[in-house]
Amino acid sequence: MFAYIVRRLVLMLVTLFGISVIIFVLLRIVPGNIVDILFAAAGYVDPADKAHLEHDLGLDQSIVMQYLHWIGGLARGDLGYSYVSEKPALDEILPRIPITARLAGLALMFSASIGIPLGVISAVHQGTRLDYALRVVSLSGLSLPSFWLGLLILMASVSLFGTMPIFNPHPKTWSEAIAIYCVPAMAVGFRSAALTMRITRSSMLEILRQDYIRTARAKGASEASINYRHALKNAILPVITVIGIEAAFLIGGLIVTETVFNIPGIARYLVEALRWRDYPIVQNLVMLIAVVVVFTNFTVDMLYAAIDPRIRYTD
Amino acid sequence: MLREGIMRSVRTLVAAMLSLLAALGPALAAEKQGGILRLYHRDSPGSASIHEGATYSMNVPFMPVFNNLVIYNQTIAQNSMDDIVPDLADSWAWSSDNKTLTFKLHQGVIWHDGKPFTSADVKCTFDMLMGKSPQKFRQNPRKSWYDQVNEVTTNGDFEASFHLKRPQPALLALLASGYTPVYPCHVSPADMRTHPIGTGPFKFVEFKANESIKLVRNENYFKKGLPHLDGIEFTITPNRSTAILGFVSGQFDMTFPTEVSIPLLKDVKSQAPNAVCVVEPNNVSTNIIINSSSPPFDNLDIRRALALSLDRKAFISIMFEGQGDIGGTMEPAPQGLWAMPKEMLEAIPGYGPDVNANRDEARKLMQKAGYGPDKHLAVKVSTRNIPVYRDPAVILIDQIKSIYIDAELDVVDTAQWFPKVARKDYALGLNLTGNAVDDPDQSFYENYSCGSERNYTNYCNKDIEKLFDQQSIETDVAKRKKLVWEIDQKLQDDVARPIIFHARTGTCWQPYVKGVTVMVNSSYNGYRYEDVWLDK
Repeated sequence: MFAYIVRRLVLMLVTLFGISVIIFVLLRIVPGNIVDILFAAAGYVDPADKAHLEHDLGLDQSIVMQYLHWIGGLARGDLGYSYVSEKPALDEILPRIPITARLAGLALMFSASIGIPLGVISAVHQGTRLDYALRVVSLSGLSLPSFWLGLLILMASVSLFGTMPIFNPHPKTWSEAIAIYCVPAMAVGFRSAALTMRITRSSMLEILRQDYIRTARAKGASEASINYRHALKNAILPVITVIGIEAAFLIGGLIVTETVFNIPGIARYLVEALRWRDYPIVQNLVMLIAVVVVFTNFTVDMLYAAIDPRIRYTD
Repeated sequence: MLREGIMRSVRTLVAAMLSLLAALGPALAAEKQGGILRLYHRDSPGSASIHEGATYSMNVPFMPVFNNLVIYNQTIAQNSMDDIVPDLADSWAWSSDNKTLTFKLHQGVIWHDGKPFTSADVKCTFDMLMGKSPQKFRQNPRKSWYDQVNEVTTNGDFEASFHLKRPQPALLALLASGYTPVYPCHVSPADMRTHPIGTGPFKFVEFKANESIKLVRNENYFKKGLPHLDGIEFTITPNRSTAILGFVSGQFDMTFPTEVSIPLLKDVKSQAPNAVCVVEPNNVSTNIIINSSSPPFDNLDIRRALALSLDRKAFISIMFEGQGDIGGTMEPAPQGLWAMPKEMLEAIPGYGPDVNANRDEARKLMQKAGYGPDKHLAVKVSTRNIPVYRDPAVILIDQIKSIYIDAELDVVDTAQWFPKVARKDYALGLNLTGNAVDDPDQSFYENYSCGSERNYTNYCNKDIEKLFDQQSIETDVAKRKKLVWEIDQKLQDDVARPIIFHARTGTCWQPYVKGVTVMVNSSYNGYRYEDVWLDK
């Protein structure tokens, strides 16, 4: 087990190194850098000013030197400076992490707490009206784009309550805090909840047809015990895998949701930084996301063994 | 008799007091102090340094931090030379040869960091703008505005003079623009980008990129009784739908100026019927840039055919539901001060009302150039990949089909748009041109002068260049106008940069917001906000 974990950690480092190279090179392949954008916005180019600015930002160095400079900085905990705001990248990124983390965490919680029970209910009541209704809900969750759902929620909120949950870093009341985070989390988590529900349903249906479930019934176990103690416990593995993958995919949904709900998190900031070709911000944010995804996958793998005693990681 | 006299005097006195009260009434009732004005901002500006930017995304939030030497009267919608009022300068005077402009500066003004403002700051600012200072701006997009300024000198702490190479009456207009604040000598350009220090009615508090910009009332503002607001807060809200919903739900007191499109304006009026909305032109023209240095548009006949093919009314009705204007280079009247008279405009090829006749003529020119129903000209129409560029480009492609031109849309990422245009790596492009000041000097030299950085098409006509100088020197406004009309007409005749239309856009605010004036001939100059107050 220990050797397996070490092997996984080494593999994670190699993966992160690969990602760092790919993102670094890709960013520089994309046409235009921040100097082009600054001059495009100003509508003129002065070659001397441009060269001076490129020199100031270190963009006149070779790609290899720029990469080594970045990685060296990362090793020392120095993420560099944002080209746009001219502030340390760490100061720009750090305050945004809790916002997105809260939102992502709530979205995942929403996804699991809604998707899993509804999936079980749908499987247990297979072929009934309730099952059909829940399947329609899950299908709509998969087919509604989160930006559209977000806008719909905002419009309904304005129309029904005359107000809308717009981000405020210091909410005055609990209800305001809940509205600020929970409503967007539901908007972004709806798709994920729908997917979780469908996976839970199909996995449950398979398990419910197993012999040991029939045996449990024959022994007189209650339906709740059969569904949740015997069936769900064994059906949950693929669901956990999906939730793990969804955690990685969530960042895509968050970009849109943070934009629609005007939340200053890292997902929206990443898009803005890409627009400006703010390399230090983009590189560091993508690395941060990569680290989160890689660790989520690792955690999910470790969870398998904890949940299913049949799984053992051998050396 | 005496009693009658006393009574008459009393009546006269009462009447006088009543009329005085009537006259002062609105003023006395008006201008409550306090409150935070909440606006949304359409995007996150790259920095806070107005001198280094070329977008009004910077002017709107940061103009309240600064003062100019002079400024366009912020309560009058039309910027004109007659409405330029003192700001940091109490008065100004031209020398008899019209080559020196001297400003007497207001005394006792202090910067937001407590240091005194003096003439050295004026010299410093303009030396930097002219590139004569050891300290440099990272970018200096309006350096050419001061081409005719030889030097700026000071005489004591409170007098500064601009010495010109030749008379240029328009210099005063350029100095009155929102783009021309005075910067402090003791703060570096780098610090001005992140934490601007000004003398203006509001002090900079913080700028969180992609989140918010906060300003607070300057208690030591040198204009007594101003500003009325305690502060201004901009929430950066790039999503238009969210921003408009925020406005109609009352979370914003005002929309971002001139940013509400005509269809969105209908939504606002239906959901917030009490909102005050205005639709005004903002001196931004949508135009065609033609690469006349290489085939096929090096052929004047094809360029003329292109200009003749335009149905400008169709553009305006599709894009703005009729709320736009047709004109030449200068913004159309009555909001624009230098527009050609209607009859002169309609005499220019392509501007006449009979579109079919124009297109018949265009087809003849195309046939003369070797194209026709059996041989179409294939080109790309390049434009920036944002809706205000892309939408008219699509309509343009449709219209030029009628003159045997098969065009393909070539959308270009913003980062690549200007470098592409500067390289002349295009045949036909659709472009937007905004004018910071409604003055021919700014427009002509910047966009049509030989060698100008913003002369994207490399149009160069030495004869017209002479006329540029002639109108620039002219101090008689009536004579200058005639020269400007002549130039504008020649530019259109030469198909230098065919102007398609001048757009109009909307601005809305809640009924309790008072003292807002939306400028009608520039979208860069009206955001000092010292006169704005909240009636609640």
